[in-house]
Amino acid sequence: MTERHSQPAATARDEAAPEIQFRNVSKRFGTLTAVDHLNLEIGKGELVALLGKTGCGKSTMFNMIAGLMEPTEGAVTVMGRVPFREFDWFRGKMAIVFQNDRLLPWRTAVRNVELGLEMLGISAGERRARALRWLETLGLKGHENDYPYALSGGMRQRVSIARAFATDAELLLCDEPFSALDEMTSARLRTEFARLVRDTGKTAVFITHSINEAFDIGDRIVVLKRPAEIAHDIQITPDTPDHERERIRAVIHHSLSA
Amino acid sequence: MTDVTPSAHPYANPVFGAARGFFWIAAPFVLIALAWQIASLFFPPFLFPSLIDVFARVFQILTTWSQFSSVLATALRILAGLAGAFSIGVILGLLIANFRVADRLLTPTLTFFQGIPALSWVVFAIIWFHGVEFRILFIMIMTTLPAFTFQVVGALRGMNKDLLEMVMSFRPTRPKYFTAMVLPAVLPEILTAWKVNLGNASRVVVVAELVGSSGGVGYELLQQQQLFDMAGALAWTLQLVFFVLLFQWILSLVERVAFRYRAISERS
Repeated sequence: MTERHSQPAATARDEAAPEIQFRNVSKRFGTLTAVDHLNLEIGKGELVALLGKTGCGKSTMFNMIAGLMEPTEGAVTVMGRVPFREFDWFRGKMAIVFQNDRLLPWRTAVRNVELGLEMLGISAGERRARALRWLETLGLKGHENDYPYALSGGMRQRVSIARAFATDAELLLCDEPFSALDEMTSARLRTEFARLVRDTGKTAVFITHSINEAFDIGDRIVVLKRPAEIAHDIQITPDTPDHERERIRAVIHHSLSA
Repeated sequence: MTDVTPSAHPYANPVFGAARGFFWIAAPFVLIALAWQIASLFFPPFLFPSLIDVFARVFQILTTWSQFSSVLATALRILAGLAGAFSIGVILGLLIANFRVADRLLTPTLTFFQGIPALSWVVFAIIWFHGVEFRILFIMIMTTLPAFTFQVVGALRGMNKDLLEMVMSFRPTRPKYFTAMVLPAVLPEILTAWKVNLGNASRVVVVAELVGSSGGVGYELLQQQQLFDMAGALAWTLQLVFFVLLFQWILSLVERVAFRYRAISERS
């Protein structure tokens, strides 16, 4: 098992600088500490699975990266900037796939995929072409003009993935996007998702509470204990042998059960 | 062998289905008309005039410009009043939904206004203002404004937070946020508000015209009352009912197009 150790960050943005950086970050809600003195760095092009039990602060970390929450202490920087304060700067640079599909019910599948592109001011023709391409990539050809109510749960989630990829954002944030789907659909989608992320060279943070999902998706698995502190930070490579994977799986399982 | 296909069932026939639908729409009105016509055989015309006389008067109003213009004047007053109240209601609703101070100041004020009877607003308007049209517009706005405002506030506050967060994650500009999220999300409640307020407005406008106008359906109703002309009173009332039904139908058409994305349960 390759354990990584997050280092304090450099302040200037350069190629070697981390894409996402948590520096001694704490987040408290009244007396509840959701994140406690967390240090974490995620490099450009990494596909990181943040793994932890429900209530361990994963979603709080997610919201701080997305700029929807501000840390109580410490600093969160993404691409060298503070997402909460420089919210608009991240337009087109960050896309999110949520736990549920969150499709706008009044828009067809293709119009839902176009949403992010509209925010970027891309022309109608270009928007439509890109949206159709992504729907086709995700196996939704023929369903472009269907409203969300007419699509299955898996199809809806694929539309939401297409919506995130269509903006061609550098950073993808995914908050347990397949947890509401059946195991077969979930397994198929996460394989597709991981392939797309690797093919496009994006940085992706994938939140999950499933060990299997973390192994299927992540090149790196960050295991969080409660409140969000790093229990393990593990690098997985295609060369990692099966017996080593099983050993890591057992360690993580033990850590999450504690 | 008995061949039973869905089309063999009489209810599956589209012509039969349409006729059945029409029958149930018409049935209550036919019953009321029948009851009225029977009553007209036993009571004097100034109490229950024959429906033939009533519809002759309806036809006369529709084909005589001097009379039909009164119907149009009332319809325009209703629409102008509703448009005015809606415009102000949207502004007040946005203020209430976005600013706590506005909420604390405006919500109790509008609740207080809601308790004032329409007739009181008529009296206030007559005392405060000279122009007939302005008086009516004022009355219409003051009586429908609280409902519009509260409905706009309810629609804004009831927007799906998950969808709001999703749209915000794309960092939209304010105009984009409004057109992509806010407007489609609040539209169903706005249309319902128009439907509800249309009924209220049609009642209020008649009161306003009855007291403070020299034209319109309310004024004409006052004339019929002074002449003890029940057929005329009914005919003028029906003009207003027709207008409300027509506008409700237009709103329903808008709904049908705007909300085609809604799933319809086969059981419903």
